[in-house]
Amino acid sequence: MSENAQVSHPYYRIFGILTVLTIAEILWVFVVPHSRMMLAMGLGLLAAAKAALVGLYYMHLKYEGKLLWLVALFPLTLVIVMIAGFLPDAIAPY
Amino acid sequence: MTETMAATLPARKPYSFTNGKLAMWLFLGSDAMGFMGLIGAYIVLRITSPDWMNPKLDPGFGINLTGFMTFLLIVSSVTMVTALAKIEKGDRKGLLFWLGMTILGGLTFLGLQAYEWTHFIHQIGDLATAYTAENKAAAPFTNYQATFFSLTGFHGLHVSIGVVYLSCIWVRAWQGAYTAENHSPVELVGLYWHFVDLVWIVLFTIIYLLPEPPA
Repeated sequence: MSENAQVSHPYYRIFGILTVLTIAEILWVFVVPHSRMMLAMGLGLLAAAKAALVGLYYMHLKYEGKLLWLVALFPLTLVIVMIAGFLPDAIAPY
Repeated sequence: MTETMAATLPARKPYSFTNGKLAMWLFLGSDAMGFMGLIGAYIVLRITSPDWMNPKLDPGFGINLTGFMTFLLIVSSVTMVTALAKIEKGDRKGLLFWLGMTILGGLTFLGLQAYEWTHFIHQIGDLATAYTAENKAAAPFTNYQATFFSLTGFHGLHVSIGVVYLSCIWVRAWQGAYTAENHSPVELVGLYWHFVDLVWIVLFTIIYLLPEPPA
């Protein structure tokens, strides 16, 4: 990021969005009526959006080259493989 | 001859980012896998366990405490990027102030986590005391204990290490080690701190917000 020090960063706007998304998560759980599946999907989307904002803007991935993206995305791919691996255990009747 | 070459060649920076940044990203990637192993165990045990405590419905805490802790980490991320922005402009006093605010945020988070842990340890202790062969309804949630304390403890350990790491950078900044042109360690500690924030965003959702699995 030091190489891009001249870029204007929207740090405080991102902070505002993260705060709003956190409040939205809590409202989604306690205020908005919906099914269990909708609840889980909504929370998953909101958490993914927050994590993406932190990664892109605060960890500066948005301003990095392709190689660093590859380094960051490789473990994410392994995480998805891992989830696919343990999901049968999680949903199997016990 | 070697000294002459070293003086004339530019600093080695093969892929437009520093070697330190590459190393930090590789570390964070492997650390994410460690967290994912614990999160995977939590999800599997939560879905397959018949009894589970629900921290978000705790009458003493509810979601207020952990919601505030989440907000606190988000604020500490902003203070961290502000510290970096200050030193990019050569403002050493600004760097010291905002790094100090980030350390304070981390310490407050750890204090609140210790408070929460104390509450839950006492609560589980009471349940364990009430547990008898005749009263199996008061089972002390062993799977919950194992995964909740492992996950939040592992994250708390990262926050603790982050506070120590930030404090070392603060001391070096106070000694005048960083300038507008040379502040790579500040950026690296920032990457680590934001990763800790990012992991908490995931843990907050999975541990405190997700609904119970269907009975």
